[in-house]
Amino acid sequence: MPTRRDMLASTAGALGGAVVFGVPPLPRPDPQGAQAPPPVRPPLAPMPDDPTSAPGAPTSALGERSHQVSVARTPTGLIAGSSLTPHQSLTGTITPSDLHFERHHAGVPAIDAAKHELLIHGLVDRTLAFSLADLKRFPRVTRTYFIECSGNGGGAFRRPRAEMTPQQIAGLASNTEWTGVPMRALFNEVGAQRGASWVLAEGSDAAELTRSIPMSKMLDDALVVWAQNGEPLRPAQGYPIRLLLPGWEGNASIKWLRRLELGTRPWMTREETSKYTDPLKDGTARQFSFEVDAKSIITAPVFPDRITRGWHPISGVAWSGRGRIARVEVSTNGGETWSNAALLNAPTPKAFVRFEQMWEWKGDETVLLSRATDETGYVQPTRAALIEARGIGTSYHSNPIYGWKVGTDGAVTFHGET
Amino acid sequence: MRRMTIATAALLVGCGPSGSDPRSPQRMGLGREVPAHEVALVNRDVGPDGAELPPGRGTVAEGATVYAAKCASCHGANGEGMAPFPKLVGRPPEAEGFKFGASEAGLDRTIGNYWPYATTVFDYVRRAMPQLTPGTLTDPEVYALTAFLLASNQVIPMDAALDAESLRAVKMPYQDRFVPDNRRGGREVK
Repeated sequence: MPTRRDMLASTAGALGGAVVFGVPPLPRPDPQGAQAPPPVRPPLAPMPDDPTSAPGAPTSALGERSHQVSVARTPTGLIAGSSLTPHQSLTGTITPSDLHFERHHAGVPAIDAAKHELLIHGLVDRTLAFSLADLKRFPRVTRTYFIECSGNGGGAFRRPRAEMTPQQIAGLASNTEWTGVPMRALFNEVGAQRGASWVLAEGSDAAELTRSIPMSKMLDDALVVWAQNGEPLRPAQGYPIRLLLPGWEGNASIKWLRRLELGTRPWMTREETSKYTDPLKDGTARQFSFEVDAKSIITAPVFPDRITRGWHPISGVAWSGRGRIARVEVSTNGGETWSNAALLNAPTPKAFVRFEQMWEWKGDETVLLSRATDETGYVQPTRAALIEARGIGTSYHSNPIYGWKVGTDGAVTFHGET
Repeated sequence: MRRMTIATAALLVGCGPSGSDPRSPQRMGLGREVPAHEVALVNRDVGPDGAELPPGRGTVAEGATVYAAKCASCHGANGEGMAPFPKLVGRPPEAEGFKFGASEAGLDRTIGNYWPYATTVFDYVRRAMPQLTPGTLTDPEVYALTAFLLASNQVIPMDAALDAESLRAVKMPYQDRFVPDNRRGGREVK
C-alpha cells in the first residue's frame, strides 16, 4: 500500500520538483460563478412543425435530455466547493445522478477502482482490506435515502432574500437509490470487538477527510455503497465506494472511503470541531449533531415563476433524518389555516417524499407555506422559533418553514422570514 | 469468552439492529489480511489525547518561516484569511466569550476563539495542508506550524516549542463550550 508521500514524491519528480518548492496561489473564485445560467445546447437539427412527417433520430450510446430541457447544478469552480441540486426543475423523489449536489473539501479525486481497498483495523480480531470485488460478494441491500449537507439552507436562514430559488435555498440535499453492503456484515467479517464505541472513517481525497462515527450508528443502518440509481457511484458521490449514514448530515457519509478504524473515543477531527458544530445563543456549541431535523420545501410555484389565475399544483419535497415523514401541511394564506397535502409516494424512513396540493389562485396577494411532521412528532418550525431556540448565528441544520409570496401580478418570490 | 463479535452479541440478545439483514451469513472469508506495518503507513490520525503523536519538535519561530513559505499565499501573511480561505488567527474582543450563536454578524471562528483541541490543528495540517500539496510537510514542520498558529492565537507563548508531550498538554480556551447534541425529535424545537 503506497503512502501518499511516496506518490507525491514520484509526481514531484516527474514535474521537476516544481510543486515542492513553490506553492502557487490558488485560483480565486468567480463571485458570479454560482449565478451563471445553465448551459444551453444548440439543437441538432431544425425542429419540424409536424414530428410525424419524417423519421426521427437513430439510437444512441447514451440517452440525453431533450434539447428543450435545461437543468444544471451551480458549480463555483472551487476545489473546496459545492454545487446545488435544481429542485425547481425536478419532479418525483429521485435526484438524477448528474444533478446530485456536490460538496468537496479538496476536489473530486481520480481513483483506480481496481486498486482501491477499504481497510478496517483497530479493535478488530482480523485486520482486513476489502477490494470492490470483495464488497460485491456480500449480501446486498438497495435502499433509497436522502443526503443533506448540514450547511443546507444556512444562507436562506441567516439572510433570506426575495430572489432565492429552491436550488439556492435547499440545493444541498438530494435523494438516491443506493446499493451496497450493510456495515454489520463487514464488522462481522473483521470481528469487531465489544469495546469499540467509535469508528474513524477516512476518505481517499486530498483532504483525507475524516469523521468519527458512533458504533451504534454503524450497527444500525450504515452502509458501504458502490451504486447510485442502478449504476456505479458518480465520482462526485464517492466512486468507487462511500459510507452512507442514512438521515445524518452529509459530511459524515465519507466519500471515496478507504479506511475504518475502530476505537474507544472520537478523534475530534477538524470536521467535527472547527466545522460542523452548531453554536447556540447560550454560548455553547452542539457537537456530533448528526441527525437531520424534518424539513420541507415547496418546489413549484417558486421564484422566478409568474403564475396566472386558476388552478395550480403546489408541489414540493419533505424529509426527516429520524424516520418517515408522517404528514406535510400546506397553507395558502400565510399560515392562517393549514391542510394536509397529498403524499405522492409512500413515505420510507430517511428519504424524500413528494407532496402536492391543488390550489386555485384568484389574484390576491398571499404566501404559500409547507410544514413537515415526522413520525417522532417533530414539526418543522418557523424561522422565528429556530432563532428563539438556537440563535441567529448558527447556520448548520437549518430547517425553517419556507414561504413563497405571490404578488397580485402573479410574481412569486421567496418569503424566508417565517 | 473474553471478547465476542458484534454479530454474536446480537444473536445472544435475540434481536438484531433495526433493518438487519436475515441473509447475513457467517464469516465469508473475504478480504485481504493486512500486516501491521502496512496499516501504520495510513494510520496517521491523531486524537484529542495525542496518543498517536509522532516524534519530532518545532518552535514558533520555525513555524513562522514555514507559514510564510507554504501557507501565507492563501491564508494571508498573518493568518487573516482571504476568502474563501479561512481566517486562522485572531481573538477580536467581540467574538471572545463564544458569542457565535447569538451574533447576527457572522463572527469568524478562528483556531484561538473556537477550536476545542490543539491536536486537531496538528492532525488537520498534516493530512490536508497545503491544499495543493497535501502530505508534503514533515512532522517537525507540522509541530512548528501548530506552535506558530497556537502562539499567534495567544494560546501558547511566542517562544514556545511543541513536541508530542507539550502538544498533549495544551488546553484550548473554549473546549468546555462544546456540548453533546440534545435534539431527539418529538415536539420540542431545539
